[in-house]
Amino acid sequence: MTVPAFNYLKPDSLAEALDMLATEPGAYPIAGGTNLMVDVRAGKLSPETMIDVGDLDELRGIVVKDSQMTIGGAVTIAELLRHEIIRQRVPVLFAAGKTFANTLIRNRATVGGNLVNAAPCSDTAPALLVLDAEVSLSSSSGTRWIPLTEFLVGAFQTQRRADELLMEVRFPIPPASSRGGFEKMGLRKISCMAKVDVAVMADFDERGACKDARIALGAVAPIPLRAEKAEVSLVGTAFIARAPEKPVRCGEQVQDKTIEEAARLAGEAASPRSGSEYKRQVVYGLTRRILTAMATGIRDGEAS
Amino acid sequence: MAVEPQAVLLHTLRDLGYTDVKNGCEIGECGACAVLLDGEAVNSCMVLAMQADGADIVTNSGLGTMDKPHVIQESFADAGAIQCGFCTPGMVISTKALLDRNPDPSEAEIRDALSGNLCRCTGYGQIVDAVKLAASRLAGASSQREDARSNSKRGRELDSSNRVLESGDQTKVGGES
Repeated sequence: MTVPAFNYLKPDSLAEALDMLATEPGAYPIAGGTNLMVDVRAGKLSPETMIDVGDLDELRGIVVKDSQMTIGGAVTIAELLRHEIIRQRVPVLFAAGKTFANTLIRNRATVGGNLVNAAPCSDTAPALLVLDAEVSLSSSSGTRWIPLTEFLVGAFQTQRRADELLMEVRFPIPPASSRGGFEKMGLRKISCMAKVDVAVMADFDERGACKDARIALGAVAPIPLRAEKAEVSLVGTAFIARAPEKPVRCGEQVQDKTIEEAARLAGEAASPRSGSEYKRQVVYGLTRRILTAMATGIRDGEAS
Repeated sequence: MAVEPQAVLLHTLRDLGYTDVKNGCEIGECGACAVLLDGEAVNSCMVLAMQADGADIVTNSGLGTMDKPHVIQESFADAGAIQCGFCTPGMVISTKALLDRNPDPSEAEIRDALSGNLCRCTGYGQIVDAVKLAASRLAGASSQREDARSNSKRGRELDSSNRVLESGDQTKVGGES
């Protein structure tokens, strides 16, 4: 397959990269290239110059400071999965990373690239939304931080200007009292695009009452949605404190009115395209599965 | 060597004669073009040759030859993990990346490591068996090596036989050289 011609520039520094983005006509940043090379081959994107930002130190770190995590835009999904604090303290992002494409892609695809691509079926976006993430965009005229909710404006559309580089994603590390989960449905178990993603994070007081809940749905609208009515329905309830005394067996249904209601409201929040109404049912099922696992510690469908 | 700015690593490697790097889908779906790029298994169809400038690249043919196959390659043959063979070089590369990091993987870890490599013939069962076989053979070789270290008389002989199994030709491409 022929790849259309373009120039390639590799800046030695961030300042040089931002200068290239500002001055080179038709410049586009590249890191892992796992979306970009597909789009370029398909003629969907025709950059005149690729600016290789994949090795810039400023984009390559995962920094934890003052209970906040900051992830560089060129950190790969594989690197996320190898990070001990993400594994232990940010299970929703870890689980999203585990469902992301496949091992070969995860070794190249970057967090920043996945967000800038802004596919409706992005797996990182719903997980980062329930973490209340913000992204930073830098250009030669300065840096701005904006909430991820504002960054994503439509299918494959973001607030990023052509001269800006997505630098970092940051979010507060969830407190130890919080629980969360992520579920994906696609055509296969792995190596597929999401038909539906559901991400949940919630925090609880010492009596087990829900203080705060966030639910995000992916691939059911042009951009990932927050299921706000479902979130509100959980706050103040003690659905995790009502965990059954014995573990739930594989395939056994947990009947909990709070979970049922929140899952139903999440399903209603989905806004799938005509012909994909089934996705509401899937959102309902995945939300119920996550909330049940949060309450019981056991994922539906897993051997107990 | 010099390459065009838009040259893709997959084509550059094949043009250099590394035709064990297979051109399958060119959209990052099939894994037939997998190579080790600085130790990480990646789809070479997604990497610009320029991005690989100065990197260590290992392809399947860099792991072993027909006369002296790598343990992983031998295990694929012995387990019958080959039918048409088109996916095999990529499978071998993903296996090498897995076992370098995790010498004793579970079946779930094996299947996850191979999740980017599609096979349209065998149904994966024998491929998973081949990875398990390679892991156990490599573990045997390394425990032998431990013995050899504690026994200086036998050390030289065993170390030299193991080196063949572990060495890989490393090729550098990209930029001008």
